[in-house]
Amino acid sequence: MVQEMPESKKRAVRAISKPAVYGPDLDINGYSRSGEEGYRCPLTELPEDVVERSLEVGVTPREEERSATYFQIDHSVIFSAVREMFKGKVEVLSTAEALQKYDWFKDYWWRIVPVDADKYTALAELKWDQGYFIRILEGEKVTLPLQACLFISTDNLNQNVHNVIIAEPDSEIQMITGCTVHRNVNRGLHVGVSEFYIKEGAKLTFTMIHDWSPRFDTRPRTGALIEEDGTFICNYICLKPVKSLQTYPVAYCKGANSRARFNSIIYGSSDSYIDVGAKIVLQNEGSRGEIINRAVGKGESTIYARGMLVGERANTKAHLECRGLLLSDKASIYAAPELLAKTNRTELSHEAAIGKISEEEVCYLMARGFSREEAEALIIRGFMDVDILGLPEELKKRIEKMIEATTERAL
Amino acid sequence: MLKVEELTVEVDGKPVLRDINLEVPKGEVHVLFGPNGSGKSSLIMSILGFPAYRVVSGRILFKGQDITSLPINERVKLGLGVAFQNPPTIRGVKLREVLERLVSQGGRYSSLRELAETLNFPLDFMERDLNLGFSGGEMKKSEVIQILAQNPDFVILDEPDSGVDVENLQLIGKVIKKMIEGKSALLITHLGYILHYIDADEAHVILDGTIVCSGRPLKILTQILNEGYAWCRKCPKVRRERCER
Repeated sequence: MVQEMPESKKRAVRAISKPAVYGPDLDINGYSRSGEEGYRCPLTELPEDVVERSLEVGVTPREEERSATYFQIDHSVIFSAVREMFKGKVEVLSTAEALQKYDWFKDYWWRIVPVDADKYTALAELKWDQGYFIRILEGEKVTLPLQACLFISTDNLNQNVHNVIIAEPDSEIQMITGCTVHRNVNRGLHVGVSEFYIKEGAKLTFTMIHDWSPRFDTRPRTGALIEEDGTFICNYICLKPVKSLQTYPVAYCKGANSRARFNSIIYGSSDSYIDVGAKIVLQNEGSRGEIINRAVGKGESTIYARGMLVGERANTKAHLECRGLLLSDKASIYAAPELLAKTNRTELSHEAAIGKISEEEVCYLMARGFSREEAEALIIRGFMDVDILGLPEELKKRIEKMIEATTERAL
Repeated sequence: MLKVEELTVEVDGKPVLRDINLEVPKGEVHVLFGPNGSGKSSLIMSILGFPAYRVVSGRILFKGQDITSLPINERVKLGLGVAFQNPPTIRGVKLREVLERLVSQGGRYSSLRELAETLNFPLDFMERDLNLGFSGGEMKKSEVIQILAQNPDFVILDEPDSGVDVENLQLIGKVIKKMIEGKSALLITHLGYILHYIDADEAHVILDGTIVCSGRPLKILTQILNEGYAWCRKCPKVRRERCER
């Protein structure tokens, strides 16, 4: 008997040639599908060259600094475990394991991100390479961050992960996901689908750090559904060159008094093409949204900073702030803030500003004894303000270090 | 200590200062008076070396050294310190970071808490972005605290008394008085409030980008407050000097 193709597969097949709305259109057949065969191993036994790169995206081999860890290299899950003291509070599996283990899991699969959004979502369905399932159990406040690493070690590989994150009612967690490549990887394509379910009263802070290589393409596809009194904070940081990166995550504030916030810090250099947006849809009374973008353009980079706020219900409020700093005449930043109000009882606002380093600020700091180079570095670093991310001290320090290294490189 | 000789300065090709001569000897406090736009702040920016203020002719000597073409930070290292009238907001840069730098370069205060307490300045402002959301008084205090931390030999104060309420003025006045003891200073004030706290040795009036008269600070201030700068323009001495050019 021929088994009928599931509906999601049918839709994916129909969308496999559909270009994305934004970003350069890629030939998805131009990449290899055979990654390195990986075997499970303890975090402490990861090869040094893998550890070195994963540290740069905030993923540490020191298990004791994290509540749980998921580590995937190419198409294989290398490590996935919850530390003893957090067992029963949080669950970490690969999405393949989760599909087998839980009947209800399919109710969370392609429910926020449409499988036929474009060729990349379709690719993630038709050529699916794991990804993580993370569930924070009801009422559990997880005090240490949870980490995940999606690593590519094979040149010209295509990696398509699909992640599902469920924050059960009244749970709370900080998550950090680092996506990176081995230093021998030159080109490739990473597609990452992430679906977030923030239930009643839950709070999830998700920080994603990307560090690719200058000829690498990436297409993250993210959606979040936030129930009553839930809070979703989504931070995105990309400080290193990439060939092309295009993402436009969407958060649906479905429950009353739900909150969504997107913060991004982008540093474009060489000839990187970076198109990062964020959209918040306020679907219920009292919901709030905020989008904060910081983009620095250097070299010949092209940066698109998009943002959209949609107010559908009364007593809702959202703000979008987009700031760009251009360090080079050959770089460009395009800020596109959009507001859509569907009721006169929603309050939506935005501010956007792009400029160069202010000479007045440089002179002021020089009058405090800083050299011109130091003053400029201080201003660029200050512009990429880590405080906007709302992170615990350890993560904040880690990202501050990355930004310091970036500004030192800038000058 | 500071000597400005025949200084002519342009901004965007437009003259803002012409033939300025000014000497502030060691240990003296001088005051600059002048109407809005007369060139007081331009003189300070030029002494500090802001690149937009292009020196067309003349020179600036500090401690006997010609500093006319030194970058701002080199002048500051030699011992110039300034409290700005309208400091810029710098996002993401904390007041603490600037103070720590100044203290490490030879300031005399051991802790930020000690610095803040001197001026009754909220300690949590140290972690705020520079001047972001500071009130007028807080901004002035933040500027004075930075000078305290720097401990320069020559203090330049651009309107430390404008936009400050009476109580804070008293506090700022006393702190400045103590701060400049034994040092040299150049002070800009509009209404002269700060002169209740500081004994100045000499005053200069700037009109249309040049120093037109010098004399005893309180005498000149009283005349200006009574009759305005129109009095200066009518002054025979001023007029004669102008006729000679």
